[in-house]
Amino acid sequence: MQLKKRDAPEMTPEIPSDEPRLRQVTKGHRFDVELVALTKAYNAKTLAVDAISLRIPRASYCCLLGPSGCGKTTTLRMLAGHETVTDGAIRIHDEEITHRAPIDRGTSMMFQDYALFPHLTALENVAFSLKVRQVPRKEREAQAREYLELVQMDHLANRLPNQLSGGQQQRVALARSLITRPKVLLLDEPLSALDPFLRTRMRAELKRIQKELGITFVHVTHSQEEALALSDVMVVMNDAKIMQAAPAREIFETPANAFVARFIGGHNVIGRDGKTISVRADRCRIGTGPGLNSIAGEVTMVEYHGPFVQVSVCGEGNTDLTAMMSDAAYFEESPRIGSKVALSWEPAVEHVLGPEAVAFLAK
Amino acid sequence: MKISPRAASWLQVAPMATVFVTMVLVPLCIIFAVSFLDYDFARVFPEIYLASWSDALGSRLTLDLYLTVGRFLIITWVITAFVGFWLAYFLVFHVRSSAIRLTLLAAAAIPFWTPGPIRMVSWVPLLGREGLVNKALMSLGVIDTPLTWLLYSDFAVVLAYINLLTLAMLGPITHSMAKIPRSLIQAAQDQGASEWQIIREIIVPLAKPGIAIGTIFIVTAVLGDFFIVKIMSGGQTNTPANAIATELAAFQYPPAAAKSVMLLVIVVALVALLLRFVDIRKELRD
Repeated sequence: MQLKKRDAPEMTPEIPSDEPRLRQVTKGHRFDVELVALTKAYNAKTLAVDAISLRIPRASYCCLLGPSGCGKTTTLRMLAGHETVTDGAIRIHDEEITHRAPIDRGTSMMFQDYALFPHLTALENVAFSLKVRQVPRKEREAQAREYLELVQMDHLANRLPNQLSGGQQQRVALARSLITRPKVLLLDEPLSALDPFLRTRMRAELKRIQKELGITFVHVTHSQEEALALSDVMVVMNDAKIMQAAPAREIFETPANAFVARFIGGHNVIGRDGKTISVRADRCRIGTGPGLNSIAGEVTMVEYHGPFVQVSVCGEGNTDLTAMMSDAAYFEESPRIGSKVALSWEPAVEHVLGPEAVAFLAK
Repeated sequence: MKISPRAASWLQVAPMATVFVTMVLVPLCIIFAVSFLDYDFARVFPEIYLASWSDALGSRLTLDLYLTVGRFLIITWVITAFVGFWLAYFLVFHVRSSAIRLTLLAAAAIPFWTPGPIRMVSWVPLLGREGLVNKALMSLGVIDTPLTWLLYSDFAVVLAYINLLTLAMLGPITHSMAKIPRSLIQAAQDQGASEWQIIREIIVPLAKPGIAIGTIFIVTAVLGDFFIVKIMSGGQTNTPANAIATELAAFQYPPAAAKSVMLLVIVVALVALLLRFVDIRKELRD
């Protein structure tokens, strides 16, 4: 929660006026990325990606979120041109690029293992795309240095990748991807190999660079916390389909279906009067009151988190429920493990969930 | 019973050390000592006699022998490295199924399924005067009389080396290439590199350790060989190893010993030079 606050100044659309040189001008189109019924089939039976459609508005930070095997990485690899498309189309800046070579798509991919060339220094790695285009040495090194500065790695330009830490390697990989001036940067679980502290720092950095360059980032992750913190557009996938694509806040406040509500976390999914509803865990409390809806249950776990306390309740019909109470509210009642309690909420915070098969388009 | 860590280390090293000392170091010392001794037919006298060494180091014959084997080595190396590199490249980056890759790699070892003499003899029906190659060329009208240099010639020696030693290049290079993560190739494609640029800028530099190890195999095999050169040249071409074998057959142990020590020094120097290009411990580790 505090993280969001720290990120907040970065979210403003203004670009620092002293660094406009790397910003890319993108005009005259509505969406940076459009997927039209994009399908990947490995054989007749297994669909890795099942006719997904998605529109990503200009200069968005888009996170593809889902459990492993949901098709998010395959989608990213199809965008990058490292995986062939079985059916459907990909458009970038209103141009169809479905079957083009990786370099001709306007995309650049940052790999999960960074994929730095181990025999080249950081500077040579970043300058690689210029070298293969036969840009003279002086010019390409000057440009590469500029991008190393953007990721704050210019002081280690002459190190080999194995002389750099994981976080430093990642910055070099980012600079190498950006120097090709992609219209869309693709990131495959970029933060998963970093330790938690570095992860939150790098996360803010990615967002800063995305705003600074004004291009779209498509970021694959399985961490809902990461997706919530970063996304302008958040795409929740499951089982080769898009479950919901919307701004992060919309997804958290009005999850489309039970899968999204459960996967995003912090929600109780409850069957009520033949409907499935979700109630945010931080809107629930232990104990009843007038005008509140409630479920009876037994406390199975109490976890103290500092500003709040998480109380797990096993409710009627063996449903797992959670209440996230402020520490003050919790210690007023102090329910113990095993005590019979009621979990309750205001009827107004109930949100009716839809069926899981519906796919949504981002607005 | 408690053994100190120091003693345990010595005990662990002992078996290999015993084999190495008794079967390599001691014989080497004896050979070195014998090379300074006098001899006549079938006998060695315990008297210092330096002619074996002055002969080995100073004669025109020695130079010719090393020039011959050097030529074989260079031609063999260039061709096996070229063929080995491209075969490995094909196997690692273009064969998609790993089962097929392993099958093809195993197929490259087929020449080793038969013993050496059989392998050598089986060149005759292919390369001999009445062999398949000559017959085919004559019936095609390319030549009128059979080519005589196909067998029992330097050409035949190099051909046999290439036939046997390409695998020694292919193996290590394949190993080096197989360790290159696919994401590296994809990253290079993302950066706009063509296939040829990927080979030159990424694959060749990262396959260098494999090429160096393959080169060590080729150097030691060609410099140490006397059998293939004897059979395939029909006894017409001599190399240093061959000269040693001839002297041994004539019971001239001291000159043979001197030439052996010299050959050993040259091989060790070449291998030491090659090891400067490759961190062999790193290769064995990962």
